[in-house]
Amino acid sequence: MIVYADNAATTKIDKQVLDAMMPFLTTAYGNPGSIHQKGREAFLAVDSARSKVASAINANPSEIYFTGDGTEADNWAIKGVAHKYSKKGKHIISSSIEHHAVLHSLKALEKEGYEVTYLPVDKKGFISVSQLEEAVRPDTILITIMFANNETGVVEPIKEIGTVAKKHNVIFHTDAVQAVGHIPVDVKEMNIDLLSISAHKFNAPKGVGALYMRKGIYLPPFLDGGQQEGGRRAGTENVASIVGMGAAIETAIKEMPKRSEKVRMLRDRLWKGLTEKIPHNIVNTPEKNNLPGIFNISSKYVEGEALLLSLDLKGICASSGSACTSGSLDPSHVLLSIGLTHEVAHGSVRFSLDHNNTEEEIDYIIEVFPEIVAKLRDMSPLWEKVDK
Amino acid sequence: MYSEKVMDHFSNPRNMGEIPNADGIGEVGNAKCGDIMKMYLKIDNGIISDVKFKTFGCGAAIATSSMATELIKGKKIEDALKLTNKAVIEALDGLPAVKIHCSVLAEEAVKAAILDYLKKNNIDPMVYGIENTEGCTGCCSACEV
Repeated sequence: MIVYADNAATTKIDKQVLDAMMPFLTTAYGNPGSIHQKGREAFLAVDSARSKVASAINANPSEIYFTGDGTEADNWAIKGVAHKYSKKGKHIISSSIEHHAVLHSLKALEKEGYEVTYLPVDKKGFISVSQLEEAVRPDTILITIMFANNETGVVEPIKEIGTVAKKHNVIFHTDAVQAVGHIPVDVKEMNIDLLSISAHKFNAPKGVGALYMRKGIYLPPFLDGGQQEGGRRAGTENVASIVGMGAAIETAIKEMPKRSEKVRMLRDRLWKGLTEKIPHNIVNTPEKNNLPGIFNISSKYVEGEALLLSLDLKGICASSGSACTSGSLDPSHVLLSIGLTHEVAHGSVRFSLDHNNTEEEIDYIIEVFPEIVAKLRDMSPLWEKVDK
Repeated sequence: MYSEKVMDHFSNPRNMGEIPNADGIGEVGNAKCGDIMKMYLKIDNGIISDVKFKTFGCGAAIATSSMATELIKGKKIEDALKLTNKAVIEALDGLPAVKIHCSVLAEEAVKAAILDYLKKNNIDPMVYGIENTEGCTGCCSACEV
């Protein structure tokens, strides 16, 4: 049995999404920039997808710009605002749990002389809105705080952050890659100026994303070239993937109540099953204000990569915040930010579910994972010192 | 990412466990870095007659510990001291570059356990040509390729 429980990494393309894309990989191969009928056919398809993405977040189609991925949208938003408003100031506020697409964009700006305040988060992963407000200065030009975290599933108080940003007349960008298509997102109600989307996180293909840019905020192009995307994002449109994104987001919005109820039920079943069967565990996902599908648990005295390899041998695909999977000596910055010690962070595993998962699969994880933890603990010199 | 040999030693580790009243015990690494190796030796007439390990760490850490025990079991002390991390890597059909430090840790764990035996028996490490008795903590990036 193969159990795919890594949907925060990427998702399976829905069948109806692939069906919607197929014509644009076969017969409808026109360039949307061409004036002839093949071009018009592609142009209309891109236009229709734009409307679907816009309506999913309560934006206008003219405020949606397709990009290569979520990372490009984050880079464009953050560097775009920084460079355009550098005369007003060079101060940016962010959080300590952002995705690397945001963190490394900020690091690049710091090298250029910008100053970044990284707000800490509490043990459950939430930023403090009052701390945010205290951090705002006359030279603050951007607040960039993620909508929902990819590792723990914490959902930040976006509407309150948007209110603070509006009150102080600071542009607000949010990396909503994990949120869009999974939980309600409303850019108007939440006072969001810029928002990053990644299609492959909601059952669409890889290689396409979008940046929502509120009317009135005109960032300079991130890629120079042709007149695509209103002259703001040059490069021939990835038509088939954009069509897939439109089809996927339309379904995700329509099915959201049903899907999120199912996914939440599965996740809570996993949560209960694993916490009951694994002694000395720490749950890193907050009980409230979380994404429906993410469950992050640290099993003390064992290491995450060894857990993942063992899970993989049993056919279960998951992910970890251990140093061994991060490619550095330090474990996940997100888990350290919520106060885990290095030792405990190394032993974390993230299971991320979607509507394709079944109860049978969850029960299989609940059966297998505690056995793996027990086996690795038997091997661990740390475990023998523990008072059981 | 890992060779079949590494996965074999990870899934079916050889000589895993403890030796009660071991003649030498070595523990290297640091939980903060995600790797701790503990090596237990039974030594009879200068020969490593039994060896066991316990490891907290990634797949490579477990596999290198397991392989190191196989490579020194039944060997004379002076031969076990010649075990290098390169020999462990070769025996495992290679390791990813970021995992080289795990093999260094395995080499250090063997040395630490032998040193412990020598100290307990008042044998001067210099008899075996060991000058540096500090070893490494296995917690730096110096060994990384």
